[in-house]
Amino acid sequence: MKITLGTVTEPGGSLVNKTGSWRTAKKPRFLHQSCTDCGMCDLHCPEGCISGDGENTYVNDEDYCKGCGICAWICPAKDIEMIPEGGEDD
Amino acid sequence: MTKKMMQGCRAIAEMATLCRPQVVSAYPITPQTVIVEELAQIVADGRLKAEFVNVEGEHSAASLVLGASATGVRVFTATSSQGLLLMAEVVFNIAGMRLPVVMVNANRSVSAPLNIWNDQQDSMTVRDSGWLQLYAENNQEATDLLLQAYRIAEDHRVMLPVMVCVDGFILPHAYEVVDMPSQEEVDAFLPPHKPIYKLDPGKPLTMGAYAEPDKYMETRYMIQHTLEAAIPIIEEVAQEFKRSFGRSSGGLFEEYRVDDASTVVVVLGSVAGTVKDLVDELRDQGQKIGVLRLIAYRPFPKEALCRALGKAEDVVVLEKALCLGSSGPLALDLRSAFHGRPASPKISGFTIGLGGRDITGDDIKSAVDRAQLRLTDIDFVGLREDLELEGINA
Repeated sequence: MKITLGTVTEPGGSLVNKTGSWRTAKKPRFLHQSCTDCGMCDLHCPEGCISGDGENTYVNDEDYCKGCGICAWICPAKDIEMIPEGGEDD
Repeated sequence: MTKKMMQGCRAIAEMATLCRPQVVSAYPITPQTVIVEELAQIVADGRLKAEFVNVEGEHSAASLVLGASATGVRVFTATSSQGLLLMAEVVFNIAGMRLPVVMVNANRSVSAPLNIWNDQQDSMTVRDSGWLQLYAENNQEATDLLLQAYRIAEDHRVMLPVMVCVDGFILPHAYEVVDMPSQEEVDAFLPPHKPIYKLDPGKPLTMGAYAEPDKYMETRYMIQHTLEAAIPIIEEVAQEFKRSFGRSSGGLFEEYRVDDASTVVVVLGSVAGTVKDLVDELRDQGQKIGVLRLIAYRPFPKEALCRALGKAEDVVVLEKALCLGSSGPLALDLRSAFHGRPASPKISGFTIGLGGRDITGDDIKSAVDRAQLRLTDIDFVGLREDLELEGINA
């Protein structure tokens, strides 16, 4: 990796920084039971790291997810829950 | 070249014009105001084809020239004192983004109490920002350093901002004869700026955005390395200036009667004139004394200074700035440069001329006498004895 004068980067540089390592306490689990494909989780995710296409398909990208919990809080169907980081699922 | 009698502010504005900046932004602050007023008039008169952008304060002025410089054009700004402190955040950003911004700082004290007169506390406060700092003795040198500053800053081996420091009022408000080069001469010395990177909507990129702990330290290492490598480049540009214009100006420092001197006074800026007069007087009385006037304070030319001062017994640093609670910044740098070397002079430090207090030959003589008597870490010269100071003697 080259560090340029003034740390100049071309578009896409943020993808290299796997900021998901900042996540500490909790992370979302997408239950895929009552999702209506409303897209609110995707729309509100501050990291833009949630994707899906159709009911019960949404997932987060843990390389960038900070575990803020907004997706779980906003989900009208209560189909996302926050689980402890490093729990049984890991 | 034409010799003209002109005010320092005018001379600096004329030289800035000759350097053809494409964007100028600055906020007026005494004693820099007239530089900006002159430039605004020059742009309004159509003599300089530049965007002159009025802003609401110095943080904006610095941010504006940062942005303009990032698009690849040559820029100019000027400030002083509180203005420089308000710019401080952006000053560090400009260096970190490796933008060759050139700024004139009219050195003035820092509040409180409010004081608009000259000392060098303002520029000293941002000495660690990654900018090069050049200090002028007179208006001729101020204009010459301004021209050289662009050459140094835009050199692809440097790509760092340069601050030209002029003692407030003493230079900007004084009328002196200044030898102004012609536009053709300046164009020959200073070719158009060729940026390495520039902001361009057609080819987007980000400058200085983000570096995690695994990369930030390397960016600081790069600036430190480049500043050290800029020392010979400052000398090289000064030599080329001499070849082009036929007179010496700039470089790392000026030595006056230093060769066989056992005592050397070290100063920055305009006070050197008074010290040179005193040196002549003391030489006539048989004292082996000289003065070294530092021009390039950042990067600090450690090796060259140690060679120049290594034979002296006493080095007397007189400075118009103080690291409150420690010592004088220049004295600290000099002591650090000599630390661990087999031969080191006794380096005494004195605070002098703060907030525009006059510096007389007697003041300088008193500092020299005290340094020769005993090594002085830090002491004030020219303090009034007729005042009661609450908490000290009252």
